[in-house]
Amino acid sequence: MKLGCRWPGPHSWEGSEVNAVFDNAYEAIIDGDSDARWAFGTGFEDPLSGVDTSLPAGVDGADLAAYCLMLGDDALIMSHRLQQWCTSLPELEEEVAVANIGLDLLGQARLLLSRSGAAQDGVGVRAGARRTDPDESGGTPDDDAGRPGREGATPAGQARGNGPGTRPHEDHYAYFRDEREFRNVRLVELENGDFAELIARLLVFSTWRLALLNRLTASGDPVLSAIAAKGVKEVTYHRDYAAQWTVRLGDGTDYSHQRMQAGLDAVWPYVGELFVAHAVEQRLSARDGTCVTPQAAAPKAGTTEAEERNHPDADGAGMDDPTAMSVDPSTVREEFDDVLAQVLKASTLQRPDVAALPGVGGRTGRDGVHTEAMGYLLAEMQSVARAHPDGVW
Amino acid sequence: MTTETDAATPDLEAHFQRTVDRDQRIEPRDWMPDGYRKTLIRQVAQHAHSEIIGMQPEANWITRAPSLRRKAILLAKVQDEAGHGLYLYSATETLGADRTDLTEKLIESRQKYSSIFNYPTLTFADVGVIGWLVDGAAICNQVPLCRSSYGPYARGMVRICKEESFHQRQGYELLMTMMQRGTEAQRRMVQDATERWWWPSLMMFGPPDTGDAASTSGHTQQSMAWKVKRHTNDELRQRFVDMTVPQADVLGVTLPDPELAWNSRRGHYDFGEIDWDEFKQVVSGGGPCNAERLAQRRRAHEDGAWVREAAAAHAAKHASHDHQPMDAS
Repeated sequence: MKLGCRWPGPHSWEGSEVNAVFDNAYEAIIDGDSDARWAFGTGFEDPLSGVDTSLPAGVDGADLAAYCLMLGDDALIMSHRLQQWCTSLPELEEEVAVANIGLDLLGQARLLLSRSGAAQDGVGVRAGARRTDPDESGGTPDDDAGRPGREGATPAGQARGNGPGTRPHEDHYAYFRDEREFRNVRLVELENGDFAELIARLLVFSTWRLALLNRLTASGDPVLSAIAAKGVKEVTYHRDYAAQWTVRLGDGTDYSHQRMQAGLDAVWPYVGELFVAHAVEQRLSARDGTCVTPQAAAPKAGTTEAEERNHPDADGAGMDDPTAMSVDPSTVREEFDDVLAQVLKASTLQRPDVAALPGVGGRTGRDGVHTEAMGYLLAEMQSVARAHPDGVW
Repeated sequence: MTTETDAATPDLEAHFQRTVDRDQRIEPRDWMPDGYRKTLIRQVAQHAHSEIIGMQPEANWITRAPSLRRKAILLAKVQDEAGHGLYLYSATETLGADRTDLTEKLIESRQKYSSIFNYPTLTFADVGVIGWLVDGAAICNQVPLCRSSYGPYARGMVRICKEESFHQRQGYELLMTMMQRGTEAQRRMVQDATERWWWPSLMMFGPPDTGDAASTSGHTQQSMAWKVKRHTNDELRQRFVDMTVPQADVLGVTLPDPELAWNSRRGHYDFGEIDWDEFKQVVSGGGPCNAERLAQRRRAHEDGAWVREAAAAHAAKHASHDHQPMDAS
């Protein structure tokens, strides 16, 4: 299955007298275009339209839906923080690049949230059901952590279809879930710092995400596999962009070296969380589809990175098993450490030696327990959509 | 290259004007009068500045866009504008200008940008109306520039106009969606935004060609002889009005001008008098957002200074590493 850029091609523009009044030069350029260079997802179709989203045999749809939300929320919220950089970057080339990365991640989020909705629909939700009022949406992520297959277990689970007058899955998830229902890691939601902090966060995020997506191309869910294959190409560039800037800043001036180091130090407490598997990730990545012990262990307060790397889960299931739907994130730690070591060496920077930031009662972003920054982020992102809950945009 | 002596200048100038008169292109290495070069640098730099400042009012709504599809469209549009700015600054560099220097001139208010961006974007409908009216006006202004006598600018404008027309269609499509499938509150938003942006959009074509408010700079006449401007301000403004009125009807919004009426004798729409005092106030820096827009551009530039210095220092280190064997001798 291949997902690519789609633009519906030439289409008439109602009410336009443009062609009649414009110069010949204009007529030559106004004709419809099907250029693939337009940003993915700016067309008029649903992100997954035409894609067979039926569930693979034996897969727990609620788990798959929750997992896609995790990956989708990571991309959505990271994209939001990149969007906030617009018009504030040091050079125009960076304006173009950072917007591009934000667009890629937004595109990934749209596909993943749509996949989540379709997977949820596959577990007992009436097709074409009206969208649910935000107040009626399902429980928090915690509620379903140990109870696979329960209808409505994922956030907004009872939701809604895609018929006329209904809201697309992606928008329902983005705009009408509350904070506790978002499953992104805390790293992506943090308030923006300076350019060095942006680069440090992007380096960590894209290195981690690329390792995950690479393995997910072998997911037993063909839709997720196709989304991952598209994402690999994009995130490869993101990682390269971040790595190049890390080297430039680390090995630039003394001052830039200090700031780049400070940027790394600022994001590093959130690194440990990236490699702790949530129960959903463990179940979906398990060999033979059997459950491994649900152990959503959050980094413990005071443990160091080195101690975490020795966590017994570290050699958990990868994607060797064709029935595995997800990647156990603890299995990509080694790749992450290797890549970071190379980049930091070339940058003359030190790997921060700081403890992982604890969650609350062992619960972190994947469990819907976020930082204080998250509420403000959602207030901003959701404000217009929630002010016009019946609006069509 | 040919030696340019004073004695040879009349021949060169005659050759230059013949090239222009035949609608052929002037290229960077061709001889050109100093005035032509300066006029073009000013024109293209102002256009580049407008693209960059123009990112701000729209970027204001990216994080709040009420659907992910609209968010992607808006983010892509703002990114396109950064791209337009980049290649317009590159076009000025073919004329001997320097991007850093032009950026300094912008943030020190020594060069202008389109005054339209000194108005605030107050609702999400503004995003659609900017696409429809502001990009529409920009297209009217810019399409003739695809035939500018200066080659690099003309070629750059072909691509820019193509993208602008795409943005305009997207803006109009947003408004159609809000008007036809949206709520009453959304329709009010569209009408309100149309009323706020209509007159400033008409001002985008600049002062009138005749009358009390006409510009006395004399730029238009010389620029038309050099074919770096192909139509007068009033011709372009009329074209925009004629194009837009039927679109407003289809959309179902009322343009805020009681004098707007079809004139069958002229074959054009008549429209009311523009508030040229407001235009002058905004152009001279006294609009609602002039200070804010420049402050944001200045802040980004100054906050980024250490990053640019680091990149230069890193590049210099590498250049010296790469050349070490030769430098060592």
